[in-house]
Amino acid sequence: MKKQSFWSRTLIYLLLLGGALLSTIPFLFMLSTSFKEHSYVFELPPRFIPENPTLSNYIQAWTWNNFELYFTNSFVVSLVTTLIVLIVASMLAFAFARFRFWGKNILYYLILSSLMVPSMMLIIPQFILAKNLRLLNSLPGLVFVYVAMNVAVSTFLLRGFFESLPRELEDATRMDGGGFFTIFFRIVLPLSKPSLATVTVFTFLFGWDEFVWALTAINQQSRLTLPVAIHSFHGAHQTQWGLVFAASMFAIAPVLIAFVLLQRHFIQGLTSGAIKG
Amino acid sequence: MDGGYYRSKQVIAFLVPALVFFLAFNTYPLIEAFRMSFYNWNIVRPENSQFVGLANYMKAFSDPIFWTSMKNTVLYALVTVPAQMALGLLVAMFLNFNLPGTKVFRTIYYLPVISSWVVVSLLFRYLFNGEAGLVNYILVDLLQIFPSYVSWFRNASTALFVIMLLGIWKGVGWSMVIFLAGLQGIPTELREASMIDGASSGQHFWQVVLPILRPTMGFVAIMLVIGGFNVFTSVFLVTGGGPLHRTEVLLTYMYYQGFERLNFGYGAALSYILGIIIFVISVIQLRLFQKPVEM
Repeated sequence: MKKQSFWSRTLIYLLLLGGALLSTIPFLFMLSTSFKEHSYVFELPPRFIPENPTLSNYIQAWTWNNFELYFTNSFVVSLVTTLIVLIVASMLAFAFARFRFWGKNILYYLILSSLMVPSMMLIIPQFILAKNLRLLNSLPGLVFVYVAMNVAVSTFLLRGFFESLPRELEDATRMDGGGFFTIFFRIVLPLSKPSLATVTVFTFLFGWDEFVWALTAINQQSRLTLPVAIHSFHGAHQTQWGLVFAASMFAIAPVLIAFVLLQRHFIQGLTSGAIKG
Repeated sequence: MDGGYYRSKQVIAFLVPALVFFLAFNTYPLIEAFRMSFYNWNIVRPENSQFVGLANYMKAFSDPIFWTSMKNTVLYALVTVPAQMALGLLVAMFLNFNLPGTKVFRTIYYLPVISSWVVVSLLFRYLFNGEAGLVNYILVDLLQIFPSYVSWFRNASTALFVIMLLGIWKGVGWSMVIFLAGLQGIPTELREASMIDGASSGQHFWQVVLPILRPTMGFVAIMLVIGGFNVFTSVFLVTGGGPLHRTEVLLTYMYYQGFERLNFGYGAALSYILGIIIFVISVIQLRLFQKPVEM
């Protein structure tokens, strides 16, 4: 391929840099505001480097009304959701990849077609169902719905991966009298770490960021997850943006760090359509 | 063994755990929403709900706020989908030159994609603050484009503009990733072949690259249109559908009818209208992008 000339290279870099600034400035400004005393939040002209930076927003946000608890709730809900999805979706994907059974194709397309259904179409019946099962205001109520919302895409991703695995080991195990569970847990799962990692990343992120169902199903303060807590935090401290953004940093900092460390899996999740904007 | 597949009753053990969650919290609610959409739903005593046939759907068509929300949703999709695709493709092409530092840029462009909708929605409220927001400062004090500060959220059209801008800003990175994956699949020999034939870069792009990317464009378009019609959190948090329901989109209005007014039947009908629209548009798009490519 032809090498770009100096000028076209410079132009490309300038444009890329412009885009990168547009992508990051809002975050940087948010970070900066989170270190500002309240009286500096709307100073004119706005400053990127805060005058008299302070940690008080972070301390106040963390100690406000059990913020620590919301962080834990979010973590537990995301973790348990991820564990359940990993187990049930990989089992389902294994069934589709390795078995022949009655109604297989219909079942598979039923599950896949659910990806086209807007998840909010389900929210009113889900609310009634959760109410009847006494799952409102409870973390399991969040987990069950999140699992259901992630089964389809995870199964789709894992089935493709399982089908690409060589069969020899599995068939040999079968000949030696090994059961399907031995094959699944001892051979298939250990070979599938990369795609299991992808499922882990996007399921966890889903649980961490999910807002609508948590907003609808949780009323009780002590059961809030981070996105809803930040929302109600904003409601309670309308103009105290330093506080709101300090609280927000607690929610997005772990995601950004994980993203930089585990980029490959995020990108796989993105390209498979599991994480859409 | 059967054509390389196992045949065994034990498969049930692998199917059941996932299906329990899926059928209970996905399939059942989908069917139930359909049923509810034909009832004047009684929240306290569901068994006393009154069957009203298509009345909920009819109600939507004569409800001016429904039409406002429909108009806003379509506008949102019409503006944000092409913008995300064009910008995403542009950035992907720049990154595809594989200049040094490309990876850093790629990471930076993802940041908005992986950030929580709640956080970025609040962030945009702050940046577009009517009195002393950063955007007003830049537009008025720094660049002097506008004579005075704009109250972005007082007015439906400027508020929708901010919401669409947020959608584009957050989404470009996603289409960029997909386009980049598509571009990286194009062998470099094709570019050389075009050059030997004397094609300009522009001709090469329009006549070689775009046709090859057609399936990728189809995928991106379908996903973005679905995403666009599903817009909720940004509107809910940035304007809450206000002022006076004028920035309402289909899902915020559905949520308002369902959980503020407690009209579950009407809400279910609204959600089915949205589902049907998305289904029809997706099928049309699939047809469009599946057409054989003339070369």
